[in-house]
Amino acid sequence: MSPERRLNLADLHGTPVIIAFYPADFSPVCSDQMALYQAVMPEFARFGASLVGLSVDGVWCHRAFAESRRLEFPLLSDFEPKGLVAREYGAYDTDEGTAERALFVLDREGVVAWSYLSPVGINPGADGILNALEELSRQGAAR
Amino acid sequence: MTTTPFHVTGARLTVPVNESDHVRGSSGAPVTMVEYGDFQCPYCAAAYPVVELVLNERPETLRFAYRHFPLANVHPSAEIAAEAAEAAGARQEFWPMHHWLFQHQPQLSPAVVMLGVAELGLPADAVQLELAGHVYLDKVQRDFVSGVRSGVNGTPTFFINGVRHDRGHSLDELRFAVDSAATDSSTGS
Repeated sequence: MSPERRLNLADLHGTPVIIAFYPADFSPVCSDQMALYQAVMPEFARFGASLVGLSVDGVWCHRAFAESRRLEFPLLSDFEPKGLVAREYGAYDTDEGTAERALFVLDREGVVAWSYLSPVGINPGADGILNALEELSRQGAAR
Repeated sequence: MTTTPFHVTGARLTVPVNESDHVRGSSGAPVTMVEYGDFQCPYCAAAYPVVELVLNERPETLRFAYRHFPLANVHPSAEIAAEAAEAAGARQEFWPMHHWLFQHQPQLSPAVVMLGVAELGLPADAVQLELAGHVYLDKVQRDFVSGVRSGVNGTPTFFINGVRHDRGHSLDELRFAVDSAATDSSTGS
């Protein structure tokens, strides 16, 4: 995703969306977590889900981070006004001035179906996301 | 923000040890330790001799299985190394290859993986063909997915009697975890 591009969540309606809020590009836990999600992309794709990462880092920092870890999913910059999106999701740490380490899975209509707030020093993995996507898929099939 | 109720904690192994696993140690051992590892991960290479020590110290207590969890985007040779270990495993040489790969981790590349194949006396041409055809990639990916579904969030991740080991990987910590699991299994707790 180019640094100039803006993303509106409405653009992603029609597919489940995973939003991974994280504190900082290049920090050890964030690096491991985002590298893991890149590796798990084929599993997310099985559910037709889109993944975006989000932190308060600027777009050029995001680009360098994505290149260094070979991340192919968009990293969104919640930079100005700082943390606005994270605050709206209740996932902003006002003491640190960063996003929390929080996961959201939105359904095809953009409604939050699942969320998880992880301790900041712990990589939450991807099992919760996959369980939530599976549940959404099951609910969709039952309709 | 609250955690919604259908988050299931991922601290348990979702796929028990089975016949597709590479396993060492007595089948009657009270403790089974499963490692999800990446042959190019420096933390896995650091844990490798520690696991060997615990296995040597607790031969009657511990059974050990290794599953692949290559993070290919950050470790470009991890997947081919895992596939080569499987090619060796198809020839009953999984563990020698596992050891060789960890012992040569700083140099790992596709060419160095093939040096290991040759050094272990495996048929290099046949293995090369299998690697080019990704004959074992499916097995590697099945390991990876079972790890993701079990809550593996990095490497190495160990499960001891099915429970994720969230403490460190020093000899004292791993030995203590194994001994505690052995005690728990003997007391039925």
